[in-house]
Amino acid sequence: MTPFTPQQLIDFAYLIAVALFILALRWLSSPSTARRGVLSGEIGAVIAVVATLCHFEIIQYQWIVVALVVGAMVGIPLGLVPMTAVPQRTAVSHACGALAAALIGIAEYYVRIPHVTKFMMTEIALEVIIGSLTFTGSLIAAGKLQEILPQRPIIYKGQNFVSLSVLGAAILIALWLVFHPEYTHLFPVMVVVSLIFGALLVTPIGGADMPTVISLLNSYAGLSAALLGFVLNSKVLVVAGALDGSSGFILSVIMCKAMNRSFTNVMFGAFGQVQASAVAGKEERTARSATAEEAAAILGAANAVVVVPGYGMAVAQAQHKVRELYDSLTKRGVEVKFGIHPVAGRMPGHMNVLLAEADIPYDKLMDMDTVNPEMPQMDVALVIGANDVTNPAARTDSGSPIYGMPILNVDKARTVMVIKRSMSPGFAGIDNELYYLDKTLMLFGDAKTFVGDIVRELAGGGHG
Amino acid sequence: MPSDFISNLYVFILAGFVGFEVIRRVSPLLHTPLMSLTNALDAIVVVAAIIIAGRHESTLSTILGAVAVAAAFSNMVGGFLITDRMLRMFKLSKTKKP
Repeated sequence: MTPFTPQQLIDFAYLIAVALFILALRWLSSPSTARRGVLSGEIGAVIAVVATLCHFEIIQYQWIVVALVVGAMVGIPLGLVPMTAVPQRTAVSHACGALAAALIGIAEYYVRIPHVTKFMMTEIALEVIIGSLTFTGSLIAAGKLQEILPQRPIIYKGQNFVSLSVLGAAILIALWLVFHPEYTHLFPVMVVVSLIFGALLVTPIGGADMPTVISLLNSYAGLSAALLGFVLNSKVLVVAGALDGSSGFILSVIMCKAMNRSFTNVMFGAFGQVQASAVAGKEERTARSATAEEAAAILGAANAVVVVPGYGMAVAQAQHKVRELYDSLTKRGVEVKFGIHPVAGRMPGHMNVLLAEADIPYDKLMDMDTVNPEMPQMDVALVIGANDVTNPAARTDSGSPIYGMPILNVDKARTVMVIKRSMSPGFAGIDNELYYLDKTLMLFGDAKTFVGDIVRELAGGGHG
Repeated sequence: MPSDFISNLYVFILAGFVGFEVIRRVSPLLHTPLMSLTNALDAIVVVAAIIIAGRHESTLSTILGAVAVAAAFSNMVGGFLITDRMLRMFKLSKTKKP
């Protein structure tokens, strides 16, 4: 038997890492095995990194060590952000991933020139364009989520034309480079143009569309890593990139379906701005309001309650008060569930993380398809900081801009209570039919304060 | 067309299918940890960055490689850390329904 070459041993280590990565995602399917999944991924990553550090081509280590230390110093604080900041952290992480992939592609180009074939140049150009646009696009998304940049869509006339022209310019330069790879001064121009396109692509997109945008950027970051794998002929990168890319793609599709919109509509539609005019011309209607005491009496007397949280709950930092409400009602024998819309929060699954952080058991967190059939059996549906995802117009009014969007059917519950600051319409600027139903009680006030008041009434009062 | 390309394309397509089938089963409950974990796994580009930074072919490639190592490694460390922090918070209710 011939002994293994060093390269073969490293490839073998990568193969083990890839298998562990797939197992990691497999174990993530259920919360009971998910942490094992993280461990599996960590072991895979350590094996791959250690094997690489033993690579015979590496002749100097000092820069690698410095970079690893810097990376750890940046990565650890990014791993310790509060749960409300997870969406912007994720966007920053897409940016870092894309930056790394783009920089490696750029370095490869300059190392290999002038021995770059047309085919190789095509791969490198595509990889660097996608990596660069994902980098700036993710930074803009992070800025919007961190509210450094305005959350509202920023649009101007002829925007799509300008953005697509910039992308066109990047592609033309790339094509020129494919036929003349030796034009090294054109390569940085292509990178800069791609960076500009990434910023232009995400700037017009509003805060409510962030779940889709983050998922889409995730998929681009994966794609750039996979393309890098093609450039470097590295199967471990191809596999990791394909896994990341397909994950981002699946999540984007789920988010688009949950909003009944297409990719092109999210990327080029500038939601929110278009529908703002749809509110005009509605006649005044009256809604019933109630106090915390009345709300507590109704909740205390109920058998089954479904809480529907939205991003407004997270903004008001009300999740811990909501947990107190959950405890108080559960103690009285009231069955409390949470109905969670796929686009609640600022990224896929964000609401579940916020509620889990507030110590609400995950078996009480129901997705839309599970909770909707149970709605008619619910005595009370308590809507906290959610609006458009509860609007029955999505089911009934074919003229509504959100018609066809899947919603939580809270209007099917016996009583609906909505905690809201005022009657102002939601992000999409659409009036919510729900608020004018006879069974609906509006609870006006700050979510955190109001839920706190209900909890106090439940503790002090003798209801139920 | 280089023969490497075809074998890489095979791997890409197959990994894409595996990813699709595995990730489809992840409960919507865990979509946020899913994204942070796939980010951490994607940070495996650090292995390519390490080789670029360590081969020392030119000053430019060493600098670009070192920056790439830092960016990717921060993703790897931060991604695993936050995923585990999030997953630790997911608990079942202690008492069974009466």
